[in-house]
Amino acid sequence: MKAYGNLKEKFIYMFIWLGAAFVAFTLLTIIAYVFVKGIGTISWEFITAIPSRMGKEGGISSAIVGTIYLTVVALLISTPLGIGSAVYLTEYQKRNSRFSRAVEMSAEALSGIPSIIFGLFGFIFFVIFLGLGWSILSGGLTLAIMILPTIMRTTQEALRAVPEEFRSNSLALGASKWQTISKIVLPSSAPGIVTGVILSIGRSVGETAAILLTAGSALGMPLLPTDPARSMSVHLYYLAAEGISMERAYGTALLLIVMILIINYLANLSLRRFTYRLKS
Amino acid sequence: MSLYKIQAKDVCLFYHQEQALFNVNLNIEANQVTALIGPSGCGKSTFLRSLNRLNELIEGTTTTGEVLIDGVNIYDNDTDVVKLRKEVGMVFQKPSAFPMSIYDNVAYGPRIHGITKKNTLDEIVERSLRQANLWEEAKDRLTSSGLRMSGGQQQRLVIARVLSVNPKVILMDEPASALDPISTAKLEDLISELKKEYTIVIVTHNMQQAARVSDSTAFFLSGHLIEYQPTERLFVNPGDKRTEDYITGRFG
Repeated sequence: MKAYGNLKEKFIYMFIWLGAAFVAFTLLTIIAYVFVKGIGTISWEFITAIPSRMGKEGGISSAIVGTIYLTVVALLISTPLGIGSAVYLTEYQKRNSRFSRAVEMSAEALSGIPSIIFGLFGFIFFVIFLGLGWSILSGGLTLAIMILPTIMRTTQEALRAVPEEFRSNSLALGASKWQTISKIVLPSSAPGIVTGVILSIGRSVGETAAILLTAGSALGMPLLPTDPARSMSVHLYYLAAEGISMERAYGTALLLIVMILIINYLANLSLRRFTYRLKS
Repeated sequence: MSLYKIQAKDVCLFYHQEQALFNVNLNIEANQVTALIGPSGCGKSTFLRSLNRLNELIEGTTTTGEVLIDGVNIYDNDTDVVKLRKEVGMVFQKPSAFPMSIYDNVAYGPRIHGITKKNTLDEIVERSLRQANLWEEAKDRLTSSGLRMSGGQQQRLVIARVLSVNPKVILMDEPASALDPISTAKLEDLISELKKEYTIVIVTHNMQQAARVSDSTAFFLSGHLIEYQPTERLFVNPGDKRTEDYITGRFG
């Protein structure tokens, strides 16, 4: 009986080990593949020059700027809204009130909608109806709606993880509700909130479909929020789909991956520094 | 004006339809430690929380009756709850330092009440930590996180945090229940020292603890105050059969 149990243990251990190894292997393979295919294209010019001849020549600087621009606009809009609504629902509403359930269900449904539908909505509403045209603003707003549920839900989870004693201790010291939230609850939940924002940044940077229909595909350097722009992922899509240049598509993909890795690294760093300050 | 620091008059507490406290009348003397004992769910913690109106944070509770602190009814409509909670500090069951430095933990209260001057804050922090018997252990690590302290140290840090806003009364809700015996002994010593300056009301499950630290003891059962006596008399010669049954361990 015991031998059988041991065998079973070993088998299951093997199985989950393989699962974990497969995840790491897949990621490394993709990164390595893109790296090998794309590294030849990367040059100072590729990073700093504006694309010419539809991207066949020149660089991708305007797409890099477009990507950052769109993401920043999306974050500026969705972070305060997402955190604000999460604070309202978690701290000011009863846990299972009809209103908070309705908002939570909407957020959940919203996060399950395919991004092309956000793109379509953004196109009809921001681009056409509000007359914002193909622009950073239209694209950023569309992205903001798309990532809002993620920020809201992760903030809610983070707020719920704050021990109830922190709140009661603060209130028992005579602090007001808002003092308690701003000085105790939000700082304690910051690591979780930051994680949600990072996930959203990752999603914005990599998003294609929602931007394709709302920010346009201009190759020029975007300056004003009303300028049209293309993001790196959209640029990548055109390069590959229209057969303009596969090498340059891989080069763009490599830069995109590097950018996301850098964002994750920086976010982890700030997160660790933050938790370090709390724990030591 | 009366001699008593706290006078509870006909305090009843309802949680929705359910009544949790029935006409509790209890007079608490200044500079004494008063222990509230009784089985779980008897209303002792609820009564404690009615002394700084903390029950109000729970949806659906109503309190009737009066609680006079220094002769003033804290349930008056014009009571400033912020000021009340400053004057009536509370130490909870689970030691919970805020996730910030030891210094900031103690300075939290004074800061929210508007003190910003560094010198004043420094003084308050040192004074409060000394009063809580924590200064020697904490003075070299004021900038390190309060969460890095042991449970017993955290509980004394919480007491320092309460002392920082100059309370008159300190409520303690089973403050030692999460602590080891040595930390508990330190906490009990501290309570005995603090009563020189403060009026202390402590809820405890541990009857030896009530016997060790308190001057008077109140026994609660099912939301009723059954008996209230000087601690020694209550433990040696209880006046009520139910009290006797409880302290001799026949139920609870």
